[in-house]
Amino acid sequence: MNDTQTAGEAAPLELRIEAKSYLSADGTPFEVVRDLELRLDAGSFGALIGPSGCGKTTILRIAAGLDPDFRGGLRAPGSGRLGIVFQEPRLLPWRTVEDNVRLVLPAHEAGADLADLFEILGLGDHLARYPAELSLGLARRVAIARAFAVRPDFLLLDEPFVSLDEAVATRLRDELVALTTRSEVTTLFVTHDLPEAVQLADRLFFLSDRPTHIILEKALPPPRGVRSQGMIASICEEMRGLLAGIANNTAPS
Amino acid sequence: MLPRLFSLLALIAVWTIAAATVQSRLLPGPLTVAVETLSEIRSGELPFQMACTLARVIASFTIAMVLGAVAGYAMGRSRQLDRFADPWLIVLINLPALVVIIFAYIWIGLNETAAILAVAVNKLPNVVVVVREGARALDPELDEMAEAFQLAKFSRIRHIAIPQLAPYLAASSRSGLSIVWKIVLVVELLGRPNGVGFVLGSAFSLFDMAKILSYAICFIVLMLLIESFVVQPLERHANRWRGRPA
Repeated sequence: MNDTQTAGEAAPLELRIEAKSYLSADGTPFEVVRDLELRLDAGSFGALIGPSGCGKTTILRIAAGLDPDFRGGLRAPGSGRLGIVFQEPRLLPWRTVEDNVRLVLPAHEAGADLADLFEILGLGDHLARYPAELSLGLARRVAIARAFAVRPDFLLLDEPFVSLDEAVATRLRDELVALTTRSEVTTLFVTHDLPEAVQLADRLFFLSDRPTHIILEKALPPPRGVRSQGMIASICEEMRGLLAGIANNTAPS
Repeated sequence: MLPRLFSLLALIAVWTIAAATVQSRLLPGPLTVAVETLSEIRSGELPFQMACTLARVIASFTIAMVLGAVAGYAMGRSRQLDRFADPWLIVLINLPALVVIIFAYIWIGLNETAAILAVAVNKLPNVVVVVREGARALDPELDEMAEAFQLAKFSRIRHIAIPQLAPYLAASSRSGLSIVWKIVLVVELLGRPNGVGFVLGSAFSLFDMAKILSYAICFIVLMLLIESFVVQPLERHANRWRGRPA
């Protein structure tokens, strides 16, 4: 059905989904994605932005190679070392914070020095705690630490900052910027929060309603992560204007 | 602890009074049974017979738990396999223990293999049913996480599946231990030259109630000790991450 492969070191992420459908409960198929094409340069940070329920998570699962049932092709960047942060932290409640992170390391790196990573994410004091003892913000940090621990060349994040209070989310965004900049990992980030996407990303991909495809793609001027509030606001304004224009053009007359 | 002790003392009191009232060889009092037990322990007879039985309990329990867990996990994970093997399971679960024991002795012979297998087969379907339920309840989100991070097969089973199955394994080993030792006694009664079941059988033919009571009580006590000093601590260890809320 599709040609999935991994490419060399500096190769871009290329994702092409001609069609992806699910079967509904009564057995009729419904189409979630159609004719979506996405290309992201190696080492850059792309944000997928779209309304709730438009199929963002579906696209991310396909990009992660978790769902081979689609028509199209996927070329993952690098050697295919994937780090992923799901919407829910998905930690193992029976393992401590540190053991959760170490679980995903390949056997020959089991003893790797992660002190730096734990330091950046502020997890140093919590390594021996169990996930049930953590706040959602801390649990998300552990999930982010786990994704970076494997030293991925491809990183996927599925709305990792939803339902956090703004102060915590802001800190985590800064930490994410620091980590992605340091590791130069190709990152695809899913969100419905436009200012967040503008702050973090090099490139924005706006998605339509179902069946979803990209309606607008926009490269942002570097450097990312340090854009001022005013600049973020004006970019958001510009994007909303463009999107409104597209919506008017495609609206049935 | 105190109410339990009190309840135990009350039981012994009732027993003493009943024995004193009846004054029969068929209902010896606690003292007679205690004396009998001590002399059996001193002669080495009781420890030997209990060890034989305990060895059979451990062997058949282990076989049933391992095979049952593997089969239950496989059936819980694969719908096709479940559909295929479910009728067998229903037959097995409804087969009377006695029938399995007789088949085993006739087909395999009056030997240790037959005895242990017969008990294991009796316990097996119960483990399968419980573990299958557990395998069906495994969290697909954690599976997806393991898949995305490309965890090794062994690591997935050891660190993701087994901890989720732990409560189911604990439940089936709890009920398992009690079923297994009861069936082991029957197996010994029917076809082994030693073990508590064998002793009970010969004591039965002599109407030696003191011996029957002393062996039965000693074995129950042994099983209670295993429950409190092996099974429960293991369970606490497996659940140490629970119940420590933020």
